[in-house]
Amino acid sequence: MDFNLSEDHKLIKDTINRFVRDEYDFETRLKIVEEGLGSSDKIWGQIAELGLVAAVLPEEAGGLGGTGLDIAVVMEEFGRGIVVEPYLATAVLGAGVLATIGGHDDLLESVIAGEVKLAFAHYEPEARYNPKRIDSNALKDGDGYTLTGEKSVVAHAGEADYLIVSAVADSEIGLFLVPADADGLSIRDYPTQDGGRAGEVSLDDVTLGEGALLATGADAQAAIDLAIDRGILAVAAEALGAMEAARDLTLDYLKTRTQFGVPIGKFQALQHRMVDLCLEVEQVRSLVTLAAVKFDEPGPERDKALSAVKVKVGQAGRLVSEESIQLHGGIGVTWEYALGHIAKRLTMIDHSFGDTDYHLKRFIKLKKAA
Amino acid sequence: MHLEYSDEENAFRAEVRQYLADNLDPETARKVKEGANPSKDEIVAWHKVLAAKGWLAHSWPKEYGGAAFTPIEKHIFEEERVAAGGPEIVPFGVNMLGPVLLAFGSEEQKQTVLPRILSGEDWWCQGYSEPGSGSDLASLKTTAVRDGDHYVVNGQKTWTTLGQYANKIFSLVRTAKGGKPQEGISFLLMDMDAPGVSIRPIRTLDGGAEVNEVFFDDVRVPVDNLVGEENKGWTYAKYLLMHERVGIAGVPQAKEELKKLTKVAKETVNEDGDLLIDDPFFAVKLAQTEIELMAMELTNLRILYDAQAGGAPGVESSLLKLKGTQIRQELTDLTRRAYGPYAVPYTPEVLETGANEDPIGPRGAVMSAPKYFNYRKISIYGGSNEIQRNIVSKMMLGL
Ligand SMILES: Cc1cc2nc3c(=O)[nH]c(=O)nc-3n(C[C@H](O)[C@H](O)[C@H](O)COP(=O)(O)OP(=O)(O)OC[C@H]3O[C@@H](n4cnc5c(N)ncnc54)[C@H](O)[C@@H]3O)c2cc1C
Repeated sequence: MDFNLSEDHKLIKDTINRFVRDEYDFETRLKIVEEGLGSSDKIWGQIAELGLVAAVLPEEAGGLGGTGLDIAVVMEEFGRGIVVEPYLATAVLGAGVLATIGGHDDLLESVIAGEVKLAFAHYEPEARYNPKRIDSNALKDGDGYTLTGEKSVVAHAGEADYLIVSAVADSEIGLFLVPADADGLSIRDYPTQDGGRAGEVSLDDVTLGEGALLATGADAQAAIDLAIDRGILAVAAEALGAMEAARDLTLDYLKTRTQFGVPIGKFQALQHRMVDLCLEVEQVRSLVTLAAVKFDEPGPERDKALSAVKVKVGQAGRLVSEESIQLHGGIGVTWEYALGHIAKRLTMIDHSFGDTDYHLKRFIKLKKAA
Repeated sequence: MHLEYSDEENAFRAEVRQYLADNLDPETARKVKEGANPSKDEIVAWHKVLAAKGWLAHSWPKEYGGAAFTPIEKHIFEEERVAAGGPEIVPFGVNMLGPVLLAFGSEEQKQTVLPRILSGEDWWCQGYSEPGSGSDLASLKTTAVRDGDHYVVNGQKTWTTLGQYANKIFSLVRTAKGGKPQEGISFLLMDMDAPGVSIRPIRTLDGGAEVNEVFFDDVRVPVDNLVGEENKGWTYAKYLLMHERVGIAGVPQAKEELKKLTKVAKETVNEDGDLLIDDPFFAVKLAQTEIELMAMELTNLRILYDAQAGGAPGVESSLLKLKGTQIRQELTDLTRRAYGPYAVPYTPEVLETGANEDPIGPRGAVMSAPKYFNYRKISIYGGSNEIQRNIVSKMMLGL
């Protein structure tokens, strides 16, 4: 066994770490969030320029990698800076789907260059976290298709140039590429709890040409499954970075805040809780590592590792958020301090790609089947 | 032994219910029930509704316009208030300053200050905490220096709840140095619009505007505004903190939240098409929380009936605060989980008066996550839960 990152991964990690430190400090982030745009063109351009969109895409698709570890290394560092850019939506999910399906090299090239943004419009209003319940419909219409349906809480839908939409065509699942300006497509765009943006997407007789169909049947399902798995791994790694940031802030605060004439970290009641918090973060790191390494070896072990890490991230994310805030006292509940924003992101991660309960059930099913 | 309310208590409950049904503004109640914040005007109007009936100042004696409720009546009133959607009574005037003045104020202070609290002319806020003095309140640094028949006050207060609406602030200030830190503190009544007072909002993580920083820069305060004796403020402050903890268990609020959550669990479908109430993963947590609350309700009533019989509610209130905050925080956690992905959109504005946009997903989802985040505060303010544990272990257990 070797738990060390490769030189390439160390380089990516350092690059993002430096980028977040130099270009994306907390004040910058807060400004982007408060402007309500969901992201910053400048920052997005820099992310693309650093080759980071390509980092999570396979070489065949013009990328630089795209393995589980690639995703985990990148997202952990973005998590540390609670970056709100549409990286998950565009690079991990949208471009991930295009790369899986293949044959969209020009579009991918523009995505990699930072010129085009994508969103993955899959989950539906009645489905909760069920990725298999799709009521949206694609009717064959001459050479093309007409789409109707609703998609719910689609991350960064409002900023996307293209949406990748799932819909049932002829009782088979299909994936469609829908331009943001298509007639009949409307997006109710809104801010999210964690400073990002999302949208409710309505497809009201959206007519598309033949070329809009990306895949159907088993190919489409495989692309959707892989996208969601990439999403799970990505947010889990992001959560790890965010938890470490919360831990560091809290530890520092325990050493510097004094009450009753001593640093509050001298109180044993707080020491033990800080230790428990750190322990949980280490547990998360282990499961993120496991999921990342297993990611490229399809099979039940991989699937179990993904649900395991999502469960752990949900539980530890709650503990780390709540305890960090509590150990800070009043300062922990303020908008102007990073911790609250970290806690909000950690909490919302539990509300994406299936929450703790959903993945506990999935883990049990996988265990039973094994 | 029996666990029924008396006929008088039931009659009182019916009277409160009827009065609130007849007099509470429905738009205010809607906001409260949906988790939105009522406006300043709505809160003032609500206080007036209660004052008209003599029910605003629950613990004051009747001769000062109070309700003179027994501990049980207070509890019953709170249950009915919460069920009706009445805003929380702003505690700073009626529940904090009032009792201090009644116990330690001059007759003139009682005659001038108390009526203006009841009439709504004055909105008080609490100037205790400072940036460097939270749990260790006695270390506070704001100074008041005597100059003729005035004090000149300099320093900073923080976390001042609803200070943006207040025209008055009661402050703890240092009037003597040296000796034990508790010994040089005085309790001063101050005007928020006096020259040298300025205020800056502190936004909370959920985006809310409820706390502030208040700065004092050479603020001149007449010596008549000193409560009790100079350098005895700590005694009054401690007395006040005790009152602050009355009702701190929040049992009525928790019962209402549980009721709402149970309804959500009976209406919300999980990924397999089952209701959340039939989903053991969710239902177990819901049931466990309800069991805790059932116990808590009786623990609370045991302590209240004790207090009614003359036993002073002392350290027990620390226990109530601990468990009460844990249960209420857990309920906010379960509520945001129950709404699944619809906890993600952040659109509090759809609940404002006159808003004509529909919520995204169910209405109840709108404030579910903000409330979960906002409620981190309840284990921090009013003496953090760690401080409550310190109090219990020292005062009750002798450790
Ligand atoms: C929303 C909100 C509203 C508030 N409203 C008001 C108001 O209107 N007026 C007012 O005066 N104040 C108000 N407060 C202030 C509140 O009383 C303080 O936040 C509280 O006393 C804690 O102080 P602190 O925030 O400075 O935390 P600190 O005292 O710095 O505590 C930090 C951490 O250390 C722990 N700690 C401290 N001492 C010990 C110890 N001896 N043993 C173990 N652990 C310890 C604390 O529990 C906490 O976890 C409000 C606070 C909030 C969050």
